[in-house]
Amino acid sequence: MVNFPILTTITFVPLAGALIIFFINGESAQVARNARWVALWTSLFAFAFSLYVWFAFDRGSHRFQFVERAEWMQDFGIIYQMGVDGISLPFVLLSTLLTLVCVLASWEAIQARVKEYMISFLVLETMMVGTFCALDFVAFYVFFEGVLIPMFLIIGIWGGPRRVYSAFKFFLFTLTGSVLMLVAILAMYVNAGTTDIIVLLEHPFPPQLQIWLWLAFFASFAVKLPMWPVHTWLPDAHVEAPTAGSVILAGVLLKMGGYGFLRFSLPMLPYASDLFTPLVFTLSVVAVIYTSLVALAQEDMKKLIAYSSVAHMGFVTAGLFTLTEQGLSGGMFQMLSHGIVSAALFLCVGVVYDRMHSREIATYGGLVHRMPIYAAIFMLFTMASIGLPGTSGFVGEFLVMVGAFQVSTWLAALITTGIILGAAYMLWLYRRVIFGPLVKDELKNLLDLSPREIAVFAPLVLLVLWMGIYPSSFTEVYDASVANLIENYRFAVHDEPGIGLAGALGR
Amino acid sequence: MIGADVMIALPEILMAVSAMVLLLLGTFIARDSTRLVTWLSILVLGLALVLIVSEAQTRTTAFGALFVADQFGQFMKALVLLGSGLAMVMSLGYVEREQMSRYEFPVLLLFATLGMMLMISANDLIALYLGLEMQSLALYVVAAFRRETVRSTEAGLKYFVLGALSSGMLLYGASLVYGFAGTTQFDELASVLSGDTVSAGAVIGLVFVAAGLAFKISAVPFHMWTPDVYEGAPTPVTAFFAAAPKIAAMALFARVLLGPFGGLAGEWKQIVIVISVGSMLLGAFAAINQTNIKRLMAYSSIGNVGYALVGLAAGTEQGLRGVLIYMAIYLFMTLGTFACILAMRQKGRMVEQIADLAGLSRTNPALALALALFMFSLAGIPPLAGFFAKYFVFLAAVEAELYTLAVIGVLASVVSAFYYWRIVRVMYFEDAIEGLDRPLEPGLAVVLAISTAVITLFVFAPGIILGGARLAAQSLFEV
Repeated sequence: MVNFPILTTITFVPLAGALIIFFINGESAQVARNARWVALWTSLFAFAFSLYVWFAFDRGSHRFQFVERAEWMQDFGIIYQMGVDGISLPFVLLSTLLTLVCVLASWEAIQARVKEYMISFLVLETMMVGTFCALDFVAFYVFFEGVLIPMFLIIGIWGGPRRVYSAFKFFLFTLTGSVLMLVAILAMYVNAGTTDIIVLLEHPFPPQLQIWLWLAFFASFAVKLPMWPVHTWLPDAHVEAPTAGSVILAGVLLKMGGYGFLRFSLPMLPYASDLFTPLVFTLSVVAVIYTSLVALAQEDMKKLIAYSSVAHMGFVTAGLFTLTEQGLSGGMFQMLSHGIVSAALFLCVGVVYDRMHSREIATYGGLVHRMPIYAAIFMLFTMASIGLPGTSGFVGEFLVMVGAFQVSTWLAALITTGIILGAAYMLWLYRRVIFGPLVKDELKNLLDLSPREIAVFAPLVLLVLWMGIYPSSFTEVYDASVANLIENYRFAVHDEPGIGLAGALGR
Repeated sequence: MIGADVMIALPEILMAVSAMVLLLLGTFIARDSTRLVTWLSILVLGLALVLIVSEAQTRTTAFGALFVADQFGQFMKALVLLGSGLAMVMSLGYVEREQMSRYEFPVLLLFATLGMMLMISANDLIALYLGLEMQSLALYVVAAFRRETVRSTEAGLKYFVLGALSSGMLLYGASLVYGFAGTTQFDELASVLSGDTVSAGAVIGLVFVAAGLAFKISAVPFHMWTPDVYEGAPTPVTAFFAAAPKIAAMALFARVLLGPFGGLAGEWKQIVIVISVGSMLLGAFAAINQTNIKRLMAYSSIGNVGYALVGLAAGTEQGLRGVLIYMAIYLFMTLGTFACILAMRQKGRMVEQIADLAGLSRTNPALALALALFMFSLAGIPPLAGFFAKYFVFLAAVEAELYTLAVIGVLASVVSAFYYWRIVRVMYFEDAIEGLDRPLEPGLAVVLAISTAVITLFVFAPGIILGGARLAAQSLFEV
């Protein structure tokens, strides 16, 4: 198994599955059924392989593992290189798990154009896994941007009434950010003579250049994450996307922004990161407080959760840029936790949406009387979103706050208000949907979760509790990488003037 | 000596002789000869392509250094021949259906292609002009080939009047250059025009020559003819216009600027940057409101020329390589798109409104997927080939420290992505009003299959195009 290209396999198995589905022909019901099964098996297969990587991964090392390397475009120094370290591996697993969940969750919800739908999701999985595994900048960009095509189609074809507007907004925002990153990638190549990420991580970029590069990367990642004020595409995209689209969007695509900060901005551009830290903190605090307030005022369940995502991502950026062990680790954990929790919350909305075809909070009320299992599951994820101890949300938020306190009391105090507001809007949402008397006639015949739906939720419930009760199983994967990142960062910014800031400025 | 010269120009001579033979053949058979002549023309193009590809890999000149054969020429001629051949294959069905079935059509396209090959191989201002005019005269006629329709006639006339104007400018510039440099031969010009003391007259000549050539590649501000001609000309002719002549003119532009005027790079770079920015922006913004897909493709082609010029503006070997890669990929994207446009028929009638594509993903999923791929590729979304085309030209620009140009370019590509994706929207997000006719003509299917394969598989095997472009770019800089 030593030379088996396992990351390439995980990345391209879904694409192969998509090709198989593409060639399925025949009567439409038959095609739909076959497409679903192929998609299920392919995503199971990819998930199983990624589980293997998870367990075989050497947790003591911060180096890239399972590295594969092949020539691609020699003339331009572009190679095909895949590999994972502690920072990217959890996201690979998150992608494969959520794709599997999405395929299951869409089993009955999607009846139109099932074939195209499953192809889109499998192509999307290839792009997501590739983004997190790629260790060449051009390959990374190819995967990162390639996400746009399937996501655009998923929102635009299977979305709600304003789907066209949302799809275009999503794609124009993201593309504008990304193309600026592309120019930055070109500039990095010209400066360093390679697009190999492993080499670039060691390459010292001149400070003046770092500022421009950082801003260009920031344009891309801030949109993707999203940070206030470029978050406006997210509520629209979430509201109009089909349930599974929202799950992937919130669960994985948003994490690409955070991953970008962790992989590129912080380690490659430490000088600029240090310089722009106040900006990031400001935007994070505004995001946390402002979007939480906005979430309070929402009438639409998906929109509320979308705004809460922006707030949670504010925590992430604040944590990452504290550049403390706790803050970074917390930001990482918060991303993983949010990936599971927000995905689950969107699935919860999807459950009632499939039954009632409404996302309005006012449509519901008193669901606990008809759907006790659903109420319990929804409760768990609501609590996880608030950050109740014992759930995954607590660990992330707590670590971020510890990190923030070390940097600035004000920062910690301000983002803490976000937690309070978070509790307010989530509990209020839960109260309005689940509790209260069951007065509406159309709600009186609702059925509780089906076995398939329980199967969809089961792994997520398990993970949320596991992450909350014994977080070490997850933090140990990335601890070494995070510690290494911080060490290099401090080295570059403070401790070693000859190489770091002052020396570089003197050049 | 003449024997050796003939051998060097063998592909061109083969084309010239066969075009005349086919003209005679068409006249003698007279009735129903179009199909035969078209197939024979395609065969001739194929033969010429084989000859070009198997040529020696060194730079040689012929006919008193008026004609040059090098790897740059090889690469560009191969593209031109491919473009012409595929365009001709696409035209087969249309020509018979739309009462354009006259044997002169393929013969004229052959002559135009011959003109393009001479342009690419020109090593002298006179030879350049001869090639250019040979191409243009043939193109004026084919633009107006459906003489019974007002639109086609108008397109031909417009093209002719503006084309003549640009030729005039070009000639005027060439005469100025000759007057101040004392020669029209490229290699001699290159040595005369290098150094610090270059007369202002030669620079003015350069400006006029550049203006004339910018007209041929339809770069802003000499683009005005393009939308009208694209829209008015019969669709296979438009497909032909968008592919081969663009490539030939771009090759000529690159050879003239980098060869004889290489010493004036500081002067012409400013011109190229301005027309590049203008073309990218106009191509991006003016296309947004178009409803006719041929007109949209006209603006798209203006924009694409702008992107290719980004590479030329760098003025380096890296930049030239970017241009070559760009043109190679552009050829397949544009031919594929036009194959889709040629397939747009409802109840036997050609339609060309974007709205007519509504719901195509349901009525004809394969065609919709192909067109969507071309649109994503034109918009420069990876992993399709169009992304890499843009990547390499912008790389050259950043290397030459033209950061502003690169940023304007990528932002323009976002704007242009909007209208490309609009076509995808119409096909995928809207419901069908009336489907397009089926089945696809075999000629179109072949072109579609080839183009789709190139743009999707490029990412897996980029070596062929990249390697060819590297050798071609080197050959122009070694001189």
